[in-house]
Amino acid sequence: MIRYLIRRILWAIVLFVVVTLVTYVIFFLVPNDLAAKVAGQGSSQEARARAIHHLGLDRPVYVQYGKFMWALIKPVPVRIGSVPVFVRPNGNLGYSYIRATPVNDLIKSAAPVTGSLVFGGVIVWLLMALPIGILSALRPRSLLDRTSMTFVLIGISAHPIWIGLIFAYVFGFRLGWFPISNYCNFFNHAGGCGGPAQWAYHLILPWITYAILFAALYARMIRANVMEAMTEDYVRTARAKGAPEQRVLRSHVLRNALLPVVTMLGMDIGVGLGGAVFTETIYNLPGLGKLLLRAIGETDLPIVMGVVVFATFAIIVFNLIIDLLYAWIDPRIRLS
Amino acid sequence: MALLEVNDLKTYFSTDDGIVKAVDGVSFSVEKGKTLGIVGESGSGKSVTCLTIMGLNDRKNTITSGEALFNGENLLTAGSRRLREIRGNDIAMIFQDPMTSLNPVHSIGTQLVEAVQLHRDVSKRVARARAVELLKAVGIPRADRRADDYPHQFSGGMRQRVMIAMALVNDPDLLIADEPTTALDVTTQAQIMSLIKRLQDEFGSAIIVITHDLGVVAEAADDVLVMYAAEVAEQAPVVKLFNRPFHPYTWGLLGSLPRLDTDLERLVQIPGQPPSLLRPPSGCRFHPRCPYVMDKCKQVDPPLEPISDDPDHFQACHLDEATQDREAAKLLEATMAQAG
Repeated sequence: MIRYLIRRILWAIVLFVVVTLVTYVIFFLVPNDLAAKVAGQGSSQEARARAIHHLGLDRPVYVQYGKFMWALIKPVPVRIGSVPVFVRPNGNLGYSYIRATPVNDLIKSAAPVTGSLVFGGVIVWLLMALPIGILSALRPRSLLDRTSMTFVLIGISAHPIWIGLIFAYVFGFRLGWFPISNYCNFFNHAGGCGGPAQWAYHLILPWITYAILFAALYARMIRANVMEAMTEDYVRTARAKGAPEQRVLRSHVLRNALLPVVTMLGMDIGVGLGGAVFTETIYNLPGLGKLLLRAIGETDLPIVMGVVVFATFAIIVFNLIIDLLYAWIDPRIRLS
Repeated sequence: MALLEVNDLKTYFSTDDGIVKAVDGVSFSVEKGKTLGIVGESGSGKSVTCLTIMGLNDRKNTITSGEALFNGENLLTAGSRRLREIRGNDIAMIFQDPMTSLNPVHSIGTQLVEAVQLHRDVSKRVARARAVELLKAVGIPRADRRADDYPHQFSGGMRQRVMIAMALVNDPDLLIADEPTTALDVTTQAQIMSLIKRLQDEFGSAIIVITHDLGVVAEAADDVLVMYAAEVAEQAPVVKLFNRPFHPYTWGLLGSLPRLDTDLERLVQIPGQPPSLLRPPSGCRFHPRCPYVMDKCKQVDPPLEPISDDPDHFQACHLDEATQDREAAKLLEATMAQAG
């Protein structure tokens, strides 16, 4: 188990370096007029050169990348009292080119928004997909099955942006049931609203919009998995032992059918973060997706790098958790 | 009274193509502590017969008639709750493929404990002790520790031992073994069969062995039922069946049996394929493949009747007994001659 963990972490480091390096290089391959933006419209040639030099953009790419990485991973001693106990990475993502604010602060304020959206969205999508998938599998070709598979098809075909706009129009604008923009802090009352109830109320439409595509994909996958598991020999064995149908389903069918769902969750979290960009844009949520979109438009490399680094880190950690969870629930993985 | 008495059992499956008559009027009985072998090719209805008795067919598209009296109680009309009480407790079953018949995500100990606790109101500790006892009885080394292992950590033969332990854990009156050795290699087959025989003596269960292997039948069974295309072709005590086989299909099976003591160039095979049960042949279902076919065979389905001088020996064939005796003697002589 320890060796497995170490191997996983080494791979994560390789992955991390590759992702950040690629982002860096792509950024410098794309032509931009960053100097004009930083120094201001109509600024002199000299002022622009000074600005470029100040940002270190006149150095070779590998030097810039090296400096960026060093600021990020430089070991910093953590002291208790005045005694250094252990070291942690510095974790400095630098400063925005355009706004000169620390990227860490921007990420820190945007990440909870995206986190809320994705976390709640995953729960909503599982709450939709599990019952639909399981019930459809238990009554294949029934009216219920056909109806839900039709909705699944719609969910897969319709683009999240279109769904989001329809939802915002119908439930937000027309019916006025839910707010269609802005974010409320879960903890403190900043900017007029806050607290868990307002937080959830403002996120209901984004959650559902975000969840529909995945819910449809997962309902279909769960249905197929459960139907396959129902025909397994060990399910017949369980029935031959005299197990009641409910127990057969819970302990023998679902335990096996839902294993791949856990794997898929781990794999889809990256795609899921990408999907958050759409939802945040529609509902005007100040999350990482919005931050990233704006930074790309302004060619603000440190913010782009910050979001990429944070997202990569989140995906790696989440995948690691899923893998460990998987090893825990599937004995065949555990020992091989 | 016989432990299990099956009368005119019919199991039909309705499919998109029509009605498949998977079992068509099968009768037999099993006495306490005895072993019945059911032999036949794939698709002859052996397994479906037993799944029907256990009530394990998909209810939705299955039509069943006849009766299966277990200790006098008709299993075919029993409610699902009553059937669950019987399954795994009074009648247990082991299946063909031990690689897929155990749940991969539960330890074998857990699966045996589940089998115990489904029928006995005992604590987990007691159930586990019983499980380990059975694992020891089927020859799992270090059973106490191995109970915590998962199916993928066992070989095929060991898994079949686990299946047998799980089947016997509640001391059933009847054990149905559906091709218990088919998926195993030859040496393991012999071990498993002798294990089943030994446990039968120990536990006193009656056994139904479903197989296409006449060797298994010769070794293990007291009585034999030869099935062909959803019907019984011949039924007799094992010694009589091997010494005086009556049905041409049985001859075919015996002729295709590989033997170590003869030096045959190649095995005799029964020509053709088993018929479709969707549209079985008219008359005797074996007639398209039978070398002794007569006009009558194509029109009239021969009834299963006892032979004239032995009320225990049943056969369904239009041939006259004199011819049958002569042909059987020839067949046996031929194999003997080859045996030298």
